[in-house]
Amino acid sequence: MKSSKLWILFLIIVIGLSLPATGLAKFPDKPITYVICFNPGGESDITARIQQQPLEKILGVPVVIVYKKGGGGAVGWSELTRTKPDGYTIYGTNLPHTIVQPMTRKNAGYETEQINNVYFFEFTPNILAVKKDSEIKTVKDFIEFAKKNPGISVGGSGQPSANSLGTAAFAKVANLKLTYISFTGSGAAVPALLGGHVKALMTYTTMAASYPDKIRALAVAADKRAKALPGVPTFKELGFDYVEGAYRGAAVPPGTPPEVRKVLEQAMEKANYDPTVIKKMEDLGFIMEYYGEAKSKELVKKLTVYYKNLLKDLGLLKK
Amino acid sequence: MLEALSVAFHELFSIKIILMIIAGLFGGLMTGALPGLTATMAVALLVPFTFAMSPTDGLILLGAIYMACIYGGSFSAILVNTPGTPSSIGTTFDGYPMALRGEGERAILVATYASVYGGIIGVIFLFFLSPPLASVALQFGPPEYFWMAVFGITIISSLASKNIVKGFIGGGIGLLISTIGIAPIGGEVRFTADFPQLQGGVELIVALIGFFCIPEAMTMIGQRTKQFHLAEAKRQPRIFLGTLQEVMKRQGNLLRSSIIGTIVGILPGAGGSVANLVAYNEAIRASKTPEKFGTGYIDGIIATESSNNAVVGGGIIPLVTLGIPGAPPDAVLYGVLLLHGLRPGPELFTTHSQIIYTFILSLFMATILMLPVGVICGRALHRTVVRLPIRYLAPLIIFLTVIGSYSIRNNITDVFIMLVLGVLGYILKRLGFHPGPITLGLILGPIGEMGFVQALLMGTTLPNKWMIFFDRPLSWVLIIMSAVSLCWPLIAKRLAKGWKIKEM
Repeated sequence: MKSSKLWILFLIIVIGLSLPATGLAKFPDKPITYVICFNPGGESDITARIQQQPLEKILGVPVVIVYKKGGGGAVGWSELTRTKPDGYTIYGTNLPHTIVQPMTRKNAGYETEQINNVYFFEFTPNILAVKKDSEIKTVKDFIEFAKKNPGISVGGSGQPSANSLGTAAFAKVANLKLTYISFTGSGAAVPALLGGHVKALMTYTTMAASYPDKIRALAVAADKRAKALPGVPTFKELGFDYVEGAYRGAAVPPGTPPEVRKVLEQAMEKANYDPTVIKKMEDLGFIMEYYGEAKSKELVKKLTVYYKNLLKDLGLLKK
Repeated sequence: MLEALSVAFHELFSIKIILMIIAGLFGGLMTGALPGLTATMAVALLVPFTFAMSPTDGLILLGAIYMACIYGGSFSAILVNTPGTPSSIGTTFDGYPMALRGEGERAILVATYASVYGGIIGVIFLFFLSPPLASVALQFGPPEYFWMAVFGITIISSLASKNIVKGFIGGGIGLLISTIGIAPIGGEVRFTADFPQLQGGVELIVALIGFFCIPEAMTMIGQRTKQFHLAEAKRQPRIFLGTLQEVMKRQGNLLRSSIIGTIVGILPGAGGSVANLVAYNEAIRASKTPEKFGTGYIDGIIATESSNNAVVGGGIIPLVTLGIPGAPPDAVLYGVLLLHGLRPGPELFTTHSQIIYTFILSLFMATILMLPVGVICGRALHRTVVRLPIRYLAPLIIFLTVIGSYSIRNNITDVFIMLVLGVLGYILKRLGFHPGPITLGLILGPIGEMGFVQALLMGTTLPNKWMIFFDRPLSWVLIIMSAVSLCWPLIAKRLAKGWKIKEM
């Protein structure tokens, strides 16, 4: 009896103390957790690390990066849908992953619409790349070579991914037969190219920026040239209608209050205009983007239509 | 280079740097000894702290933590039969039986000396032979990775020489568990029983904790004794020097295992988890007394612990020469270099030679300082575990398994997976299945599967795509190694007979 009364008293005190704190305090007043759904040291980690300090300065609270990897990001994103929607836990998100996974898997654990993106801060276009000492010097050379050797291997990161779908899309517009070989991450595909185990890579601009003396980028799958690769033409310049790549952003759980989302959106935007952030990102080959919450929604909508058609063409849409 | 070296020396011998290395070693030892906290995690956790440091200081600290973490994994392997990191799986085979005999302290000393030896060999290779060795990494393509996995599986025949059939069944169970989740190639969802949480598959560390730790704790509770069975630690005179002499006498084993560790470290995608088991296997095969392995024989600990610390230096070789991380913790170091505006690769040696030489020398220094720090920590930990009554120790271990399996991916599902595998592991152990082969299957499953599918895709341009597995010289080396390793128990018997005949 006595102890149960004590418990009730204790509970009342706890609830009493915590209510005004949550109700009245200004967001944020405690550390924010920034969840990365991939391995430490990967590109999603690196971009988050670049943002970490500016975000802490802008928000005035610590930003803690944790990793919830698995299932190509799906384990983390399905967790997102079950996270408390108070804005203190934000998730790094990637496109096309959050669009393609629910379309191809029977149960990815989340729906694309549940990933409430507040900001997309960068775009990493695909590049077609070969070894630096390769006899292939231009996209034209590559096409000639691929026509002579149908089914040549093109390595890339993940499947289905921007790299794998991009390889299919490019093969279609250039009328080629290519064999896509998936590796676990962009970095893992590089030794396969350097060792001559694959002929080319459909990878991201970041790889050409990281290995300038080993990799030759033939073309960039973007609307405009990448700052880190000024000498590399876009596929559009060469007459191929092929734009493909991955976006990175940050999302909050469904049901997060609009005023909290606003604070986070503005903080992400402000961090994205920080000159040191821009310099670091662009040096690494990322292309800065400034999609606020509304524009992010449009982007996802637009790409959902695009990928649905592409996956249907490839026969990868789930039944 | 000489100039850069002399400046590096000056920079290293400062109180600040030495204190930092020692702090890193302590931190690394503790995280390494806790199952679930791996070297990758420890290094990743400290990345934000390096932002406030110069790139050199940051690398020195992370290097020390990395080195100590791999070594620290041996403590829990020896004392509670649970590898602290996947790099110490093989250390349980002989370390724990030694601890049961009351020779825990000696086992820890053996692990310490072997770790320091292996660490130094790895760093020496890193310093002198980086460029030629790095090209080895590129020779390894998908077919070679496939054959390497096959070779790894054949290790079971000497690991489980007493009951090969059960050993291979265990390996098969491990391979099957490794297929749960998203397929590494193709992205299909497999065996998740419609739980989206299982898309991430069974993480190796979670399985390690389940298969090693839980059965141990259950056995401990089941025995209903008050004290842990390691309690009567024997007092041994001259234990430091005596053990050192004993370890140093085994130069062949030390050197062979360290070289295995370095080479496995260089290969991207394989790390200490593979190296320690390969080294253990080779130690058995080279030994004149293979039957002693698994009964608490110091050669076993020497093999695993020298090889896994050699992986540290080995894994950094492709990182600094090609910009390709050799082992998972190196991927984090790669990120740190990028964040500090240094591009990993050959230009590190030309434009930033100062930083890189200081870093390599600091690894050397950290390895040597590991000796005193390790002995102090190891003995303290040994005493604590031995003196703690079971009614505290067993719940403490269970508590740590939960923390450890949660923290690896910050995921509660992993705790449930760990508990399920733990109960399964207990049953299997009672049926005579050792966890070693099961975890070997788990480690090699993804490597083999990826290599297999990638190689077949590579082979599409060949007239017969299966030829891709047989038309490369390095593949043949691995095929022959696998065949020899598989038949080794038979060969060894023949050889033994042959010797006897000659003696007569």
